[in-house]
Amino acid sequence: MTGLASQNSPEVSPQAGRDGHLSFPVPGGAFRVHRRSFIVGLVVTALTLLLALVALGSGDYPLSIPEVLTAAFTDQGFASKIVLEWRLPRVLAAVAFGAALAASGALFQTLTRNPLGSPDVIGFSTGAYTGAIVSITLVGSTFLSESVGVLLGGLITALVVYLLAWRGGVQGFRLIIVGIAVTAALSAVNTYLLLLAQTEVAMAASIWGAGSLSLVGWSDLAPALPALIVLGVLTALVVPPLRQLELGDDAAHAHGVRTEPTRLAVLAVGVALIAITTAISGPIAFIALAAPQIARRITHSPGTPVGAAATVGALLLLAADTAAQHLIPGSVPVGVVTVVIGGVYLVAVLVQEARKQL
Amino acid sequence: MTQHLENSAVTQPPAAEPRLRADDVTLAYDKRVISENLSVDVPDGSFTVIVGPNACGKSTLLRALSRLLRPAAGSVVLDGKAISSYGAKETAKIVGLLPQSSIAPDGITVVDLVARGRYPHQGLIRQWSSADEAAVENAMEVTNVAALRNRLVDELSGGQRQRVWAAMALAQQTPILLLDEPTTFLDIAHQIDLLNLFEDLNQAGNTLIAVLHDLNQAARYATNMIAMKGGHVLAHGAPKDVVTADLVHEVFGLECLVVDDPATGTPLVIPKARVRSAP
Repeated sequence: MTGLASQNSPEVSPQAGRDGHLSFPVPGGAFRVHRRSFIVGLVVTALTLLLALVALGSGDYPLSIPEVLTAAFTDQGFASKIVLEWRLPRVLAAVAFGAALAASGALFQTLTRNPLGSPDVIGFSTGAYTGAIVSITLVGSTFLSESVGVLLGGLITALVVYLLAWRGGVQGFRLIIVGIAVTAALSAVNTYLLLLAQTEVAMAASIWGAGSLSLVGWSDLAPALPALIVLGVLTALVVPPLRQLELGDDAAHAHGVRTEPTRLAVLAVGVALIAITTAISGPIAFIALAAPQIARRITHSPGTPVGAAATVGALLLLAADTAAQHLIPGSVPVGVVTVVIGGVYLVAVLVQEARKQL
Repeated sequence: MTQHLENSAVTQPPAAEPRLRADDVTLAYDKRVISENLSVDVPDGSFTVIVGPNACGKSTLLRALSRLLRPAAGSVVLDGKAISSYGAKETAKIVGLLPQSSIAPDGITVVDLVARGRYPHQGLIRQWSSADEAAVENAMEVTNVAALRNRLVDELSGGQRQRVWAAMALAQQTPILLLDEPTTFLDIAHQIDLLNLFEDLNQAGNTLIAVLHDLNQAARYATNMIAMKGGHVLAHGAPKDVVTADLVHEVFGLECLVVDDPATGTPLVIPKARVRSAP
């Protein structure tokens, strides 16, 4: 830390990067980032790229990293087809969806001031599953009907949770409690619907419900990626006022933040991020819950770092999907891998939180 | 510590309209009305202290002045315009608030927390400037927390933490600063410390409006006092005009003597002894 030395010289240049921040000059001042978060982001992104190259070369037709690069950038016939058309969509999906899930989790956890306040805990995934089952039952298992059902199910659940938790503004803890209650109720509904459904409907719903990237192709990514990029920009816009909300509503208000509109905007962006992801891959647990907390611990940043969480989420989901595909016999859906790890992680967090309370 | 200014200078009503005033406001939470037809002028450059018994509406008035509570009727006027007609950040450049309680994010350092007070001055891309840097350094200097700059806020004592919150409010560099019970939960030495800091700020030209519980501290530090009861202002003026035995009885229902504070000459409230039936 550069700290004390410059105490008496307030005119120190902002580029000095003091007090744990890096500054990039822009007109009239500087763009500032938390130094350690920035470095962690870079390192994790580099690791993700490396793992992506490994994943692109793994499978029944193994390729070395140089071969992957050659196949990707020059026409190598079959090898290029395998890398670009078969493997790249899945790798891209893992990276983009992992980042989206983690960013969404970081937004929700910051908003609720609780490491358990992630969208899968507060009902979104379960509601999305309900939507999927209903749409598969009513319309049949087409991509469009599933996606629409998932989006509607998730969004309606989020809206219901928000409205039930509303009491002249929404407090984080109430949002979690209401979310858990709604999740429990919807789980029962889901089980009931699956019991009523015909076998093939129940099968289709279960496959979706496990959460998998194995069926993701360019036709899914073509609409999803641009949407996620737009949402990434929106996330960057809502983070500064969200950082103010962390100080409590009164302080945030005193600093010129419109608290309730900000909260609603954060919720909307967080729900949209997870909705797009879930519509394509099914519910993938654990990433939204754990990536932000892992990022917070390795960056030592105040609060939950949204950007660093996104990079960690990308790496986590890519690693989980690569493991699900190549390390575990029988290629299980990635959702199963993340659920298992997530279950362990959730217990660990709960134990830690419970100890803190005592 | 600098000596106190004599209070006579501010007893005359200011000629021009003050920058901040509540104009015939009705304040209510949902349907529960706290104050009706309340009008309060906050003289520019004053250290105005609002006193009154619990639930008299003093914090509610402060919330309305800081725009946290929108009046059900009437308006809070800032520089001749309804405060609700300003943009949120625009208001935050003029009126600051040290809330009764704030939350420090996990793992935040003192300097990072103080820097968050610069939010109204920052843009999306231009997040930091030399003006921000100077404001943060100055705020930490004045509140005497500069030496703690890289410490975690969670690890500080209550007194230190309150100074850090004060530094955050100061870093906002607003000419008007509202303080909601800033000394609650502090021991007497830290209370006086903080009040001295506010007095210095006031003498440097800032308008301060505080809610305080301790009448004697209020009388000692205020240049202008407002006594409230049941949502109404019962008295408004210099401490020596407001803090009288009659008024204390009327506002708080307390029998007392009011004498001159031997240290400052400001009014000092001494509750009367209870008449005991047994020896």
